[in-house]
Amino acid sequence: MKLWCSLLSGLLFGAGLIISGMTDPGKVQAFLDVAGAWDPSLGFVMLGAIAVAGIAFRLGARWGITAHQTGGLGIDASLVIGSLLFGVGWGVAGICPGPALVGLGAGLLPASVFVICMLFGMEAQAWLAESGARNESDTPGQTPASDRPEAF
Amino acid sequence: MTIDFNHFTPWDALLGGLLIGLATAFLFLGTGRVAGVSGIFGKLVCDRAPDSGWRFAFLAGLVGSGLLWSLLGNPQGVFQQGFETPGAWALFSVAGLLAGFGARMANGCTSGHGVCGLARLSGRSLVAVPCFMLGGGLAVYLIRHVLGG
Repeated sequence: MKLWCSLLSGLLFGAGLIISGMTDPGKVQAFLDVAGAWDPSLGFVMLGAIAVAGIAFRLGARWGITAHQTGGLGIDASLVIGSLLFGVGWGVAGICPGPALVGLGAGLLPASVFVICMLFGMEAQAWLAESGARNESDTPGQTPASDRPEAF
Repeated sequence: MTIDFNHFTPWDALLGGLLIGLATAFLFLGTGRVAGVSGIFGKLVCDRAPDSGWRFAFLAGLVGSGLLWSLLGNPQGVFQQGFETPGAWALFSVAGLLAGFGARMANGCTSGHGVCGLARLSGRSLVAVPCFMLGGGLAVYLIRHVLGG
């Protein structure tokens, strides 16, 4: 049952990315290009997605569903620097991880290259974070990346 | 700033956004999990986290949607634009490295922070979203207006 929910969610998520235009690198870059001919369409993607997701999270809270592994992290330099770096990657390619995986499924070479390099980037970050944690192993509260909560 | 009304597609964007929200709702109400793509991918592939059946199923659906769309003959031609510029693979590899590194460092990407985090009014996501918008804006500004027109 949970697996079917996840599979359906992935399919719907991908369909949403395709229909909204998030899988079109030119459209994403036009959204980020406020200095040029700006295409604000993708703001509407966030608007629609946040509205529905917000209702679901509120309903879930009322039904006693709590999110796995969220919270517990503060606002720190990793969050700011990581997000800036992620944003640069998003802007350079015009796709983010979701659309890259959709593009992989569609058999697009650049999207597949993006996914493989994304994996290397994640491994590199995990390695750096873990060697940093080892060097500062006397400091309490340092946890390797693999033990950190999923997100947000 | 000029708005490009010729390519402005608010209704498609809104419909797609509603579907993304619905997908997030299904996953959360069905499994208690949050639909952050980079987190799901990283936990499954890098960390080989236990209890990852749902992660595999979600990613299979995501990849499967692209496969199905191309089997349908790529209606609306969404996969024709932007992927065929010369040297795209070089740009895409640098971009993939940065996106993977950054998303893991920040514990979330456009879906995790941008949709789920904002919908949950997470303080971290309220910081992350302006940061990645700024990073993306700077990258596009450099590429389009400084390096080449």
